[in-house]
Amino acid sequence: MNIYKHEFKMHIRSVVTWSASLALMIFIFMSLFTSLAIDAELMNEMLAQFPEELLIAFGMTNLDWTSVLGYYSFIFLFCQLILAIQAGNYGFGLVSVEERELTADFLLAKPVKRSSILTSKFLAALTGLTVTNAVVWVSSILAVNLYRGERTYEAKPLFLLLLSIIIFQLVFFSVGLLISLLVKRVRSVTPYAMALAFGTYVLSAFGSMLGDAKLEKLTPFQHFEPNYIIANAAYNTPLVLISVALIVVSVTGSYLLYQKRNIPTPV
Amino acid sequence: MSIIEVNNLTKYYGKARGIVDVSFSVDEGEIYGFIGPNGAGKSTTIRLFCSLIYPTSGQAKILGKDCIQHGPEIRHEVGYLPSEVFYYEGMKVLDLLKYSASFYKKDCTKRMYELSEIMELDLKRRIDDLSYGNKKKVGIVQGLLHQPKVILLDEPTSGLDPLMQKKFFELIKEENEKGATVFFSSHILGEVQKICSRVAIIKEGSIINIQDIKSLQKDNYKKIRVEAAELDETRFNVAGVNNLEKENGVVQFFYKGDINVITKLISAQKVADVSIEEPTLEEIFMHYYE
Repeated sequence: MNIYKHEFKMHIRSVVTWSASLALMIFIFMSLFTSLAIDAELMNEMLAQFPEELLIAFGMTNLDWTSVLGYYSFIFLFCQLILAIQAGNYGFGLVSVEERELTADFLLAKPVKRSSILTSKFLAALTGLTVTNAVVWVSSILAVNLYRGERTYEAKPLFLLLLSIIIFQLVFFSVGLLISLLVKRVRSVTPYAMALAFGTYVLSAFGSMLGDAKLEKLTPFQHFEPNYIIANAAYNTPLVLISVALIVVSVTGSYLLYQKRNIPTPV
Repeated sequence: MSIIEVNNLTKYYGKARGIVDVSFSVDEGEIYGFIGPNGAGKSTTIRLFCSLIYPTSGQAKILGKDCIQHGPEIRHEVGYLPSEVFYYEGMKVLDLLKYSASFYKKDCTKRMYELSEIMELDLKRRIDDLSYGNKKKVGIVQGLLHQPKVILLDEPTSGLDPLMQKKFFELIKEENEKGATVFFSSHILGEVQKICSRVAIIKEGSIINIQDIKSLQKDNYKKIRVEAAELDETRFNVAGVNNLEKENGVVQFFYKGDINVITKLISAQKVADVSIEEPTLEEIFMHYYE
């Protein structure tokens, strides 16, 4: 419990920053909805001029600018990108930060099992991610209702989108953790997290451009594609299961690796 | 009873050598010195004791229990001061010490304040703002606040000023008198001689000698350097002289034995300069253990 508390305290500032940025982004983008929807025809005409590849890359092909959820799903893609970077950040940093700042020698020399250390750290980071998740929920629902004007929307697809966040976060978090334990040393966390998030995002974007189904299967951005969820009011279950499998494998692998890990000497 | 027992302990980092086939044992109530140049494997050995790293082969036991299997249990009774000091970003000294204390079942508050006072540690400051020496003090206090039965010190004096070093040695002696067994790694022979009862000397990953401090002092070599305009170095060819070298009118050698024999030999000539000093550890390694 003491490790959990300590870890959560170390996360607080970062959680607040990420959550506030996400909320701000959601509100700013949604506030543009009213004016965009009025000029929906104009907007569609303009987008038609854009190269199709670009539209695919940004998930804007089937975008309906006149529907609240259509527009929200476009914003949600950016939320996903930010959530992925945050979760990756926590995953990559969970253990490696101790080794970089020489605190591993302090913590691991205390009378605690490595598995309990990892569990406490894991739960603390998960709490942080859940706070951010909750902030996205609240600000999304508020913003959608605030800026929808006279238009109505269906609640189910929106909830499905929001419900997907936790799994989405866990994928990036656990994969980040696993990679950080596979390499000898993580010198800086953010580049790794950015690479993982943008890498999978680009893979998703180019995957749909090339129409290659194999690539799609690898990236969580495809597993939880907002357009699909909004259009079908359902998850693409087989793909979601891939994400779940990724989480299970990464978490199990991380525990095994951490138990056996030789903590590198601080340099 | 052996408090620390090491049997054929070997650690390779991939292909790089850590330590090879190290065996020794530390008795209860001892202050045991562990000495060797940088990169000899001192930190590797101590980190194996704390199961921060896992051995390639062999075994280390503390308080009769295997370091890997009973790690958490053993670490209740172990205080470890790493050679490199650490910090948690933005944490205050007091918060870190309280965090450290929270891992132990007993109440460490009283001892924590006592130690901080002895080491003149400012509890209100942030750890990131501390100098290297002050961070080292934080390390000392967090390593001792739970009154461990076994104290593992990895080059504890580096970064401490002489006054603090003295206080630190007093502290360690005090803990030792109260019953703690101390394992003290260092690359400075002098400080080990001052405090330890026995020393193990490690070089390139292997123990090359384990000695009583008393017999080590009997073996006390001196490094003697004589500078003179005309000097016949063959005069110094007496029993106890080693590694005699002459260069540009300077004669240099190591000597073990009655110092009066040498001073007489020197005083018989007209010399420009004389120095008699303790050989450095590196010189001991170079000349006596090859």
